[in-house]
Amino acid sequence: MSRRHTSAVAASTHRISAIMLRHWYLLRSSWPRLLDLIYWPTVQMVTWGFLQYYIATNAGFFARAGGTFIGAVLLWDILFRGQLGFSISFLEEMYSRNLGNIMMSPLRPFEFIIALMVISVVRLSLGAVPVTFLAIAFFGFNLYAFGLALVAFFFNLMLTSWAIGIFVSGLILRNGMGAENLAWSIMFLFMPLTCVYYPVATLPTWLQPVAWLLPPTYVFEGMRALVIDKVFRPDLMLDALALNALLFAAGVFGFLQLLRSAQRQGSLMQSGE
Amino acid sequence: MSQLPPVAVERLVKIYKTVPAVDGISFALAPGTITALLGGNGAGKTTTIASIMGLITPTSGRVSVLGAQMPQQRYRVLHRMNFESPYVEVPMRLTVRQNLTVFGKLYDVDHLRERITELGDELDLIELLDRTTGSLSAGQKTRVSLAKALINTPDVLLLDEPTASLDPDTADWVRGRLERYCRDRHATVLLASHNMTEVERLCERVIMLKRGRIEDDDTPAQLLWRYGRSTLEEVFLDVARGNGGETREAAQ
Repeated sequence: MSRRHTSAVAASTHRISAIMLRHWYLLRSSWPRLLDLIYWPTVQMVTWGFLQYYIATNAGFFARAGGTFIGAVLLWDILFRGQLGFSISFLEEMYSRNLGNIMMSPLRPFEFIIALMVISVVRLSLGAVPVTFLAIAFFGFNLYAFGLALVAFFFNLMLTSWAIGIFVSGLILRNGMGAENLAWSIMFLFMPLTCVYYPVATLPTWLQPVAWLLPPTYVFEGMRALVIDKVFRPDLMLDALALNALLFAAGVFGFLQLLRSAQRQGSLMQSGE
Repeated sequence: MSQLPPVAVERLVKIYKTVPAVDGISFALAPGTITALLGGNGAGKTTTIASIMGLITPTSGRVSVLGAQMPQQRYRVLHRMNFESPYVEVPMRLTVRQNLTVFGKLYDVDHLRERITELGDELDLIELLDRTTGSLSAGQKTRVSLAKALINTPDVLLLDEPTASLDPDTADWVRGRLERYCRDRHATVLLASHNMTEVERLCERVIMLKRGRIEDDDTPAQLLWRYGRSTLEEVFLDVARGNGGETREAAQ
């Protein structure tokens, strides 16, 4: 009854689409989950948008730098929600006690990772796209005016979010639900260092090299260069891409090591604390 | 060409930190048979099953399933295996049909719609296919889990307490379906259970585990004869309480 004659690629596509389908069914069946996707991005954007509006009308520099806060908020949400979308989809398997079924199925780890990456983009799109239109309606800030730069920003931020999401999922796989909080909080560790709302030069000199080790720093600097100086910096995007390649490889390597460790420790059958 | 057993466990040892969960067990399962893995809590049943599924790496020893070494070659054979356990569930928010579709795609099942209808007929699930799994009774959920376990018509089926928490009527019904599946498909089944009625009815062989070791291994009839008991439950208690050796000697 199994399709033993199908090619490995076709079989792999079936398995990846199976996981995507499982999460699509889940999202479709649960309005609180859908609401959650859009709720925080909207609150964030509106809060920071009004703050920026207030500052812009009272300070010359910020008037010139109009859009940096809302731009930063929207890009930060891509980074944060991308990672959360990946990690929450993984956690859904733990919450539903379905991870044993997944691990026992022919689904390969890389197929699982690809499926969760695609799902994270779907979840992000459901939440972030309406918010970008709200930003246009409320504050006249059009993220899409970034044009091709937005593609470079988005791709780099997603790569970082996947790398972190993959590694955190490995930690949860190895350590159980005790590591769940990391999924929600780990990205906030990056927030001050990646200089979301201020230039890298604001950091103490000794901390700046650390900030430049993190790919999102280049994206946020690039966004400010575009909004304030009207200059697109491809050099920053290429640096981010190179660092992201390393980070992504490290995330996947870490996940596979933690998976092997979970196999040694026998924690794959458990999904509790 | 020599016929390899569908499942072969050789000198399997699994130590968690310093505690041996399985301590050098060996057995092979013949094709088309149902074998019970019996033992008290902590006897090593779940660790043995997890080793066969390739979910854990043995400390030493070898496990092969359908000719593949586990866990290294597990992806060669996982599409021909399946399992059911009370420790895992299918997602409750999905309908029965959605769950079976997802698992059917995961196992790359051909003619999936027809297979789901076929399983719906066999397991009396047709009326439930479009209901969310979470809204079903315990017995209905067990039938859904069983449908998931049979979606790919596995050659090797691992069952951990398949009738736990079911009423006697539903449990008997499930046993009947398992018996028929094994007979019709010539599948090899390993069943971990505490239900001795189930074991006596379904299994032609019983492997008794205690503290990670095989305490006895024979047909139910032979075990009853050797221990001089009339039910497997009494044999189980003899083994679990450490009276196995004395009872065997007395009986013989």
